[in-house]
Amino acid sequence: MIAFKLNGKNVSSTAEDDTPLLWVIRDEFGFKGTKFGCGIGMCGACTVHIDGAAVRTCSFPLIAAANKNITTIEGLDNKHPLQQTWIEEQVPQCGYCQSGQIMQAATLLASNSSPSDQEIVDHMSGNLCRCMAYVRIQSAIKSAADVMSADVQTFDPRSSTQQS
Amino acid sequence: MQNIKDAKNNVSLSRRRFLVGTVSSTLLMAFAPLASAANIGQSPQDTLKNKLFSPTVWFEINPQGDVNINIAKAEMGQHIGTALARVVADELGADWSKVSITHVDTDPKWGYMVTGGSWSVFQTFKPLSQAGAAGRIALIEAAAKILNCPAEQCRVENGAVIYQEQSLSFGDIVTQGTFNRVFTPKEIDALPLKPASKRTLVGKPGLALDIPAKTNGSAVYGIDVELEGMVYARPIVPPTRYGSKVTNVDDSAAKKVKGYLGYHILQDPSENIQGWVSVEADTYYGAIKAGDALKVSYQAGKTAKVSEQDIIKEGERLVADENEGGLFINDGDFSAASAKADKSINAVYRTHTALHFALEPVNATVEEKNGLWHVYTGNQWQSLTLPAIAKALQVADENVVMHQQYLGGGFGRRLFGDYAIPAVLTAKAIGKPVKMVFTREDDSRFDQPRSPSVVSFQALFDQKNKFTGMQHALAAGWPTLSMAPGFMPESLDKKIRVDMFSTSGADHWYSMENHRVRVANNSLAQQTMLPGWLRSVGQGWIVWGLESFIDEIAHQSKMDPIDFRLSMLDGLGNQAGKAPESVGGAKRLAHVLTRLKEKTANVKLGKNEAIGVAISSGQERTMPAWMACAAQVHVEPSSGKITVKKLTMIADAGVIVHPDGALAQVQGSMLWGTSLALHEQSPIENGQVSNTNLNTYTPLRMNDVPELDIEFVESEEFPVGLGEPGVVSIAPAIANAIFQITGVRVRDLPITSAALVNT
Repeated sequence: MIAFKLNGKNVSSTAEDDTPLLWVIRDEFGFKGTKFGCGIGMCGACTVHIDGAAVRTCSFPLIAAANKNITTIEGLDNKHPLQQTWIEEQVPQCGYCQSGQIMQAATLLASNSSPSDQEIVDHMSGNLCRCMAYVRIQSAIKSAADVMSADVQTFDPRSSTQQS
Repeated sequence: MQNIKDAKNNVSLSRRRFLVGTVSSTLLMAFAPLASAANIGQSPQDTLKNKLFSPTVWFEINPQGDVNINIAKAEMGQHIGTALARVVADELGADWSKVSITHVDTDPKWGYMVTGGSWSVFQTFKPLSQAGAAGRIALIEAAAKILNCPAEQCRVENGAVIYQEQSLSFGDIVTQGTFNRVFTPKEIDALPLKPASKRTLVGKPGLALDIPAKTNGSAVYGIDVELEGMVYARPIVPPTRYGSKVTNVDDSAAKKVKGYLGYHILQDPSENIQGWVSVEADTYYGAIKAGDALKVSYQAGKTAKVSEQDIIKEGERLVADENEGGLFINDGDFSAASAKADKSINAVYRTHTALHFALEPVNATVEEKNGLWHVYTGNQWQSLTLPAIAKALQVADENVVMHQQYLGGGFGRRLFGDYAIPAVLTAKAIGKPVKMVFTREDDSRFDQPRSPSVVSFQALFDQKNKFTGMQHALAAGWPTLSMAPGFMPESLDKKIRVDMFSTSGADHWYSMENHRVRVANNSLAQQTMLPGWLRSVGQGWIVWGLESFIDEIAHQSKMDPIDFRLSMLDGLGNQAGKAPESVGGAKRLAHVLTRLKEKTANVKLGKNEAIGVAISSGQERTMPAWMACAAQVHVEPSSGKITVKKLTMIADAGVIVHPDGALAQVQGSMLWGTSLALHEQSPIENGQVSNTNLNTYTPLRMNDVPELDIEFVESEEFPVGLGEPGVVSIAPAIANAIFQITGVRVRDLPITSAALVNT
């Protein structure tokens, strides 16, 4: 039996050790927002956060999840700024990859509050969007970064000098 | 239905009544046939109550004033429900915040169900507008009675009927009024529709209704469906598309997999699947593992050794032999022009097998309840798929109902839903609900790929080097021949029936004195694969060759490629277009190209860079979206590395119903065009597609996305489809730029760096 934390709750699974975490999340615990795309970790549709890192669950065995803290798209609870900018900028088309895109992008913003275009491209190029909504994905990440940095109080000595 | 035109015309609602009635305290509105045995003598209210209508359009308003519009089209990323609902709601005068949509099942009352060919908006714009307008008038009449005022002095605004200072919401009207009203076909035709200037929703910015659920994991796709007591299944796909037979199954290793339940050799009376086995387990991972462990022996079908090169070679033979295929266009007299010509240029263009690779692998979840088979899946063409499912199950059509789910990508793969067949056969064999999911590799091997294609071109020139005529011959596998042969019209010479989806695009809008097109089916492709309708279908490979070859002709004529094109876009004769769908004809194509010329005239180019152009008018002459594309490309001389730096697109698609949705479709389709031009191929090896997953099949990623500049022409012309046409002009625009940079004329898709360095 493997125990871990899933979207804030302590859970455990008796599935085989080598079962990809994806199927445990989807079929045992019912969080269907995490998707199956390629099964070899190359499309990113199955991305979740494991202890804060973006992980491809189709290629991550259940046994490795022991005692980890796992968050799926449902665990963001509609509160992540990316989910807002995804709607504002009308990013999804078919939408199938978008849970993975949002989870992947969230880890970028967690460590880099104002990523450059190149940093976004580098961070996101492992996630396939078959509808090719890439232009909007990139732009919505930038907007979310703006929202998030606007929420942070920053002290800029130059502007305070100018004001005084 | 004999051809595509008929299929499209069957949505014409000109011989239908529009019914408005109160049913269970909700206001119901629907188109219905003029008269049928079932509803003769019944009041509109009774007809609606008993659901004796067969509309493509119906909607309802409840006592709270919520408007629900039923959508019979598949949602696969084009936000089609939103676009269609906006047309109804605009004419109705609804409050958009109270509008919702429902994607319906396959009840026969919905009429013919297909979502493809970029037809949805095109087909339904007028009837939806009329439905909204009729609803508005019915609401005004009812409100006038309640307010005791003259109906002509009332107007509708934002979900309420307004008379002087008084305002009555739709909800209040539905609660207080009783509706029992028929609009005759004559009245429907006379309905006052809003002019563009009065529209509040159509053509205005607005959010798509399906998007919020796609940002939080709550949108339900086929793969997310669960049924009580279901088992998981995975198919074992045989070595050939047709004709394989299972000779032995050894499941001794599979038996060691936890949760393994067993296997079934599937017998399909519809013959869509031949030589298939299903593996069942109590988890999907169990089914994957058991499938890997199962040892299946086959007597393989006769295409087991066929290669991509074999199919291409057959295509080359077909285009070279004038006795093959049938005539599609024969304008002027090409033979006479040929006899008089001073010189000619010839070229052969090819494309290689490409996959849909919709990110949601195909799947279906099935259960039988009291003799009714419920199939849960995402599907684009239920009216084609459902009878095949019924045939496989050997039950009548009315014993099958398909429940539509969101599609994790369609792109044409989910038109004919053959993937539901192994699922229903497994459910039948096991006597339990079944959820069958294809692995990515299973999905690719059972794709309906874009067939390899070969197109030969010849252009004639007189002694003054003036272009005098062109002929081309096309050969490919034809999707419609295998999946919907009833939709194929006869060729001009009546020799064969023609797949219009694999031919449209050859009937271009250039005025050419002598123009001949011959089309042939590549039967080796047809036997080896089930050729698919892949986004933009024939236009994608036909216009690739055509617009590249037009550049070759311009080069031979020593003319600027844009000016050469403009000289042939005179809009005369056949190319004048006709109302309503192609008003203006070739002149609208000339307009977008002229605008493109202005826009790209002063671009500063770096070293080893050039701009190539191409135009397109997909998807058909009866529904053209006029587009002109410029590709700014860089080629690294030593490696041949191709970088598309910027794509500029000018598009005239008539009225744009949902502007942001239209922009999204064009953005996505332009990148699809780029991906098919440079990144995607899965050549046939030993009778099967060879690149089945992302380690070798490599669609465009964010790091290869060029800058996009997209401009829509403001237009009040009839709206046409936009889901596919943006794909078409990209590949030739890129190739035309490459020619300018390197002098190399690439004639194979995808274009590879190796092709540039090795020539």
